[in-house]
Amino acid sequence: MSAVSEAPAAATADARKAGDWLLIATAILLCVWVLLPIYLLIVNALSSPDEVTAFPKRFFPSFDFGSLSFFINFAGVARALWNSVLVATLTMVLAIGFGAPAGYALSRFDFPGKGTFRFLVLMTRAFPLPLLALPLAVMFIRTGLDDTAIGLALVHTTLALPFAVLITFSLFSGIPVELEEAAWTLGCTRWQAFRKVILPLALPGIAASAVFAFTISWNEVFAAAVLTIENRTLTAFLLQSLGESPLYLKFAGGAALVVPALIFIFAVRKYLFAMWGIANR
Amino acid sequence: MHGKALPYLLLMPATLFLCIFFLYPFALVAFEAVTRDGAFTLDNFRSMAGSWKFPVTVRNTLLLAAIVVPIQLVMALLMASVVSRLETGRSAALYVFAIPLGISDLAAGLIWLAIFDQLGFLNTLLSSLGVVDKPIMFLGYQSKLTIFIAVALAEIWRATAIMMVILVAGMGLIPKEYYEAAEVFGASPWQRFLRITLPLLRPSLQTAIILRVILAFEVFAVVAALGGTNLPVLMGETYNWQFTLQDRNVAAASALLILAISIGFTLFFLRVLRVPKEARI
Repeated sequence: MSAVSEAPAAATADARKAGDWLLIATAILLCVWVLLPIYLLIVNALSSPDEVTAFPKRFFPSFDFGSLSFFINFAGVARALWNSVLVATLTMVLAIGFGAPAGYALSRFDFPGKGTFRFLVLMTRAFPLPLLALPLAVMFIRTGLDDTAIGLALVHTTLALPFAVLITFSLFSGIPVELEEAAWTLGCTRWQAFRKVILPLALPGIAASAVFAFTISWNEVFAAAVLTIENRTLTAFLLQSLGESPLYLKFAGGAALVVPALIFIFAVRKYLFAMWGIANR
Repeated sequence: MHGKALPYLLLMPATLFLCIFFLYPFALVAFEAVTRDGAFTLDNFRSMAGSWKFPVTVRNTLLLAAIVVPIQLVMALLMASVVSRLETGRSAALYVFAIPLGISDLAAGLIWLAIFDQLGFLNTLLSSLGVVDKPIMFLGYQSKLTIFIAVALAEIWRATAIMMVILVAGMGLIPKEYYEAAEVFGASPWQRFLRITLPLLRPSLQTAIILRVILAFEVFAVVAALGGTNLPVLMGETYNWQFTLQDRNVAAASALLILAISIGFTLFFLRVLRVPKEARI
């Protein structure tokens, strides 16, 4: 272990250079590993149905929109897309609406029961939450929430809420309480101080966690497939038509799922690490 | 509004929500699993375990987790190390590595379907290299091994990002001084990784592994997209009990089994990778 030899300076420099090249090569290789499969899906989505089912395949898209227009005009797809957007938007609103006040309370107050609440939020992590859609299916039939966008959004909110709480908690913790106190001394009420001082500072972060909540709902498959029948989301639609749908429909559908996700992740990239780092402490 | 009541008021919506949509359905699923027509019974578990598919299902799920998670751990550590040492292009590499984070498991399955399908890109590559003279059926019902490999690859591709992000956030917390001190004493990069990074990364490793293992038992849509029913896994069988076989009590029993396995592994990793309070940074 202690065989660290005193190498000549030139050799060390060489070794360092080789190390740099290795580092860059590894980075590029890993990027290719992530990007290549997505590229291949996009190639399929941007080829005509005949090309998708042809063999051998071309590794470049022909920019024929046949597959995509077939997908968009396929019975039920437009509605499924709309449902996905609707459910994800509702999830976003619910998760932030319930989560942000809780995050603010955790960051600004010390009170009995704080630990219990944090434990409740963290506990949701240890459970495969989509499974809870099974018992809820019955409850929803009783309450008339079955097969509705809001019913599914409520289940998706269970997935997104813990993130919203922990992310807004860290956001508000990062804003000095002194700013708020200054506003109070200048005659602001608690609410005014929050709205005029804290909210503008926290807004970009809140927006990022809203996008995150949207993405969680947009991508969720199991609960969506369990809870919707007529009003299927895009994931539920694709899952349930896997057996019978032609390849080009699957690939166009996959691309329709992936492309918005790429944009979302790009939009929140600045917050991604802060969010995951904090949310999992 | 008084300071004492305010935090509770702010926490109330989130708490009520989690009680109704997390704790209550959890109790409900446990109740449904051990009853049938209102009477206590273990028949649901017997029906579940008595199915000829059950042993294969459990084996597939556990085997998949056992193979996928360690590979992901190594890849996530590699990605995080590469990112933390890159000087140029760091944020670009981070974004690319994080992309799969935003991609639905169903979309990931479809992405790898584009590669492994009989008319897919892998066969195109193999035949243009002259390795095969006609396309191989990778995902047919007779090729369980290649289905398994395809699912494992898709899972590794999709869910390594989640671990990577947690580990990157964790590495950011390790004080630079430790590395500088180690360098002064002549420790090689490998030694620094082994003696400083790994031990100090333990809290993040714990979170990453727990989160990932739970997700591994939830594997569903990737398998549905690539293997159909040829590679039964627990979550898929739960779905089948609910829909194809229309027996929600057995579905609940199956869900409870997944919950039990998840909680068991969570407790196991909490214990094995326990970090004493004094050793935290």
